[in-house]
Parts: sequence; C-alpha cells; structure tokens
Amino acid sequence: MDAIAHFGGTVLSLIRDVLPIAAILIGFQLVVLRRPIHNPARVFVGLLFVLIGLALFLEGLELALFPLGRLLAEQLTAPAFVIGEGAEMIVEFAWTDYFWVYIFAAAIGFATTVAEPALIAVSIKANQVSGGTITVNGLRFAVAIGVAAGVALGTFRIVTGTPLHWYIISGYVIVILQTLVAPRAIIPLAYDSGGVTTSTVTVPLVAALGLGLAETIPGRSPLLDGFGLIAFASLFPMITVMAYAQISEWLTRREREAYSDSEN
Amino acid sequence: MKALLLQFLISTRQSFKDLLPIILVISFFELVVLQQGVPHFGQILGGGLMVLLGLSLFVLGLQMALFPLGEDMAYNFVRKGNLWLLLLFAFTLGFGTTVAEPALIAIADEAASIAATGGVIENTDEARESYATGLRLVVALAVGCALLVGVIRILKGWPVQYLIIGGYIAVVIMTAIAPDEIIGIAYDSGGVTTSTVTVPLVAALGIGLANSIQGRDPLIDGFGLIAFASLTPMIFVMAYGMLF
Repeated sequence: MDAIAHFGGTVLSLIRDVLPIAAILIGFQLVVLRRPIHNPARVFVGLLFVLIGLALFLEGLELALFPLGRLLAEQLTAPAFVIGEGAEMIVEFAWTDYFWVYIFAAAIGFATTVAEPALIAVSIKANQVSGGTITVNGLRFAVAIGVAAGVALGTFRIVTGTPLHWYIISGYVIVILQTLVAPRAIIPLAYDSGGVTTSTVTVPLVAALGLGLAETIPGRSPLLDGFGLIAFASLFPMITVMAYAQISEWLTRREREAYSDSEN
Repeated sequence: MKALLLQFLISTRQSFKDLLPIILVISFFELVVLQQGVPHFGQILGGGLMVLLGLSLFVLGLQMALFPLGEDMAYNFVRKGNLWLLLLFAFTLGFGTTVAEPALIAIADEAASIAATGGVIENTDEARESYATGLRLVVALAVGCALLVGVIRILKGWPVQYLIIGGYIAVVIMTAIAPDEIIGIAYDSGGVTTSTVTVPLVAALGIGLANSIQGRDPLIDGFGLIAFASLTPMIFVMAYGMLF
C-alpha cells in the first residue's frame, strides 16, 4: 500500500514538473503561432510515455539502486574496511588506503552516466545531426569516461584535503586550451555534455560517496565536499568529449594519409 | 499498435544494455570486494525491472513527442518570422520549466535554512520562505535569460566558446568575492536546472532553429543551449548572495 502511495507521489511531482512545459508549448503553438499540433494523438501518447517512464525509472532507482549504492559507499568508506578489522576511527592514514574507493568512484561514475536518460537524448540528437559521424555510444562513452575520471579525482581530493578551486581552475584552463585546438564542430556539444551529466542517476550516488568520505575522514566538511564531486563530474566530460573528437580526427587523417601513400 | 510494440521491445533491449554496467559494478563490489550477499533481493529485482521499463518508455516517448514538438515549434517560429515572439518563447520556456522544478524547490528550501542558521537572514518562517522564493525566481530568471541569449546566439551565428569562457571567467571572479555560504548552493543550482524533460526539448529547439535558418550548421549552432542554462544560474545566484 505504501509503495503505491509513494509511486502516486512521484507521478504527482512529475506532473508538476511537466505541466508548465506542456502549457507553454501548447499555449504558444495554438495561441501565438496559431498552428495545430502535428499528429496530436502520437504526441499525446508520447508525452504519456515520458511521464510514466520517468516515474517508473525514478521509483525503481529509489527501490533498487540508491539504497544499494549508498550502502556500498558507506561500507567502502567505513574505517573497518579502509584500515582493517577492529578500527573504530580513522586517525592516521595514507591516501593509498582508499584504493577501492577510487576504483568504485570511477566505476560507478562511468556506469551511472551510461544510463543517464538526458545524455541518451542528447546523444541520439547528436548522432542524427552529425549524419552518423558522432556515434551514440561513442559520445556516451566519452562522457562516461570523463565522469569516471572526474569523480575518482574528486574522491582523491576529499581524501587528501587539497583545495577544490585548484582542480576546477586547472580544469577550466585545459578546457580553454582544448577549445583552441579541437575540431570546431564538437565544441558546443562538448560544453553541453557537461550540463547533461549531473542529472537523475549520477548525482544521488556520487553525493552519497562524497558524504561517506567526508564524514569518516577527520577535518572534512560533509556540506562542502559533497558539492565538490558534482563540480568535477560536470567539468571532466567537456575535456574527454573534445579529446574524443581530437582522437577520431587524428585517426581519420592518418587513415587518409596511409591511403594516399598506397596510391602513389 | 504492432509497430509501437516492436519499437518498445527494441527500446527495452537497448535500455537493458544501458543498465548492464551498473548491475556489473554493483555486483562486483558487493560480491567480490566486500564479499557480502545482496540484501532485500526481491525488492532490488522489482526496482530493477521498473528502472528498465521506465527507461524504455521514456526513450520511446522522447522520440514520439519531445523531439518533434521542439523541432516543430522552432520551424514554425522561423516561418512566422517574428523575432520578439521567438525570444519571448525562449525566455518563457526557460523560466517556466525551472521555477516549478522539484529539485530546485528542495535546494532553495535547504539554502534558506542554511542562511537562517548562518545569521544571513532572520530565523523566522516568513524570512526563510521569502528567501527561498527569491532564490527560485533568481534561478528561473537565469535560465530564462540563458535560453534568450542562447537563441540570439543561434540566430547571429556567434561561436559558443567566447560566451561560455566569458561566463567561466565571471564565475571565477565572483567566487572570489561572493559570501562563502552561497558558493556551494550557486554551483549546485547550475546542475539542478537541466532536468531530464527540459534537456531533450531544449536540444530539439536549438537544432530545429539551426536547421531552419540558412547558413547555420545544426551541429555547430544547434547545441550549446544546455551549457548556457547550467552556467547562468551560478552567476545569478552568486549575485543574489552578494545583494542580500
């Protein structure tokens, strides 16, 4: 019974989310543009799918993934696991003690990004628009590798306690330098992919990991360090997406050169 | 009907592939590293099936409704040729989708209680309420302006990087002078605004516009709206923190 009531709540909050969007779209379409909606039955069914799909997705995450992910984050950062049996508190540690935490951060960052619905949407569009040059999976893996590297580095930062802004500002500098040399067509997409990753699946799990770390390591503030990880997760995909374009451009050029060499 | 069912099955197969990495990562850490069984196995299996079904439906609905809607609107606006109406639409879309966003409401309330305990505002329900509402309006205004500027950029064909890098420089400078309590909230508000429903719609709008205007490349000019929408809230929220 509780589960049904909870699901109802999720649907309700989604309707609150989608209703203004639908009102704006339909309002402008009918009143301002004075044009009937193309194929209204299909659009209506599609919107219904979006609504029900998202509600099921969020509810399922809440039932299955989030409790498990939070439990894992808690166990991996617990003193007993990090230092060894019987440890109650962390007093002294080397950053290498957190070996499994970095691996987990990278793995969960990668896996959750691949499943991120907003990223799937942007990848499908990018694939259509680029005429297939950018593949759906290529873009998603590039973004996911970025999030993996970002979150792993972010956990390293929490463990070592180095200041956040050094990492973020160096990241920005790399982004700017890459912008100068990367193929022009990828730049807007790379910038967009930074905003897309911090969405429904990745944020709750990554925040749980940051919180677990910040709570068990002396001298870290849960409030400050939880935010830090999300900033990492939205910065690094820009770097990896531009790198993806640079590498594929380089490969194509090399192939073409090899081809023209064999011609001669 | 039959075609729809087939599409749904294809979508489900793809969704399963999308979710496989999560299943592998969690089971590896649960079984190999921590060497524990999986608790509440039934609940997790049920939840996993819901996630699979939900993702498949969402992706299907995306292609049936959100993408065509966004692109149709962009095309109709360009055909109508009224710039002011298009800009009004862009602003309304950004403002309207953000102001009611549940994640933003949650963050604004949290920010208000942090500000109240920190002594930035009076610790009364009324003061907290007005602070949270103010913050929500500021973020919504920021996203509205982001889409407005982003659409102007598509129309003019400006390169996206100058505006974005300029924005980053503004963020860095403002981080140095804004009050400490607001910075975390400001950075977080950038990520909150790009919700799962708004992203596909905004992407379709940008690409539709770039497609309908001669001389614009959908790849170069069509993307970039989401980047604006996650940048401006940081600037606006820090400004809000400096004023109050």
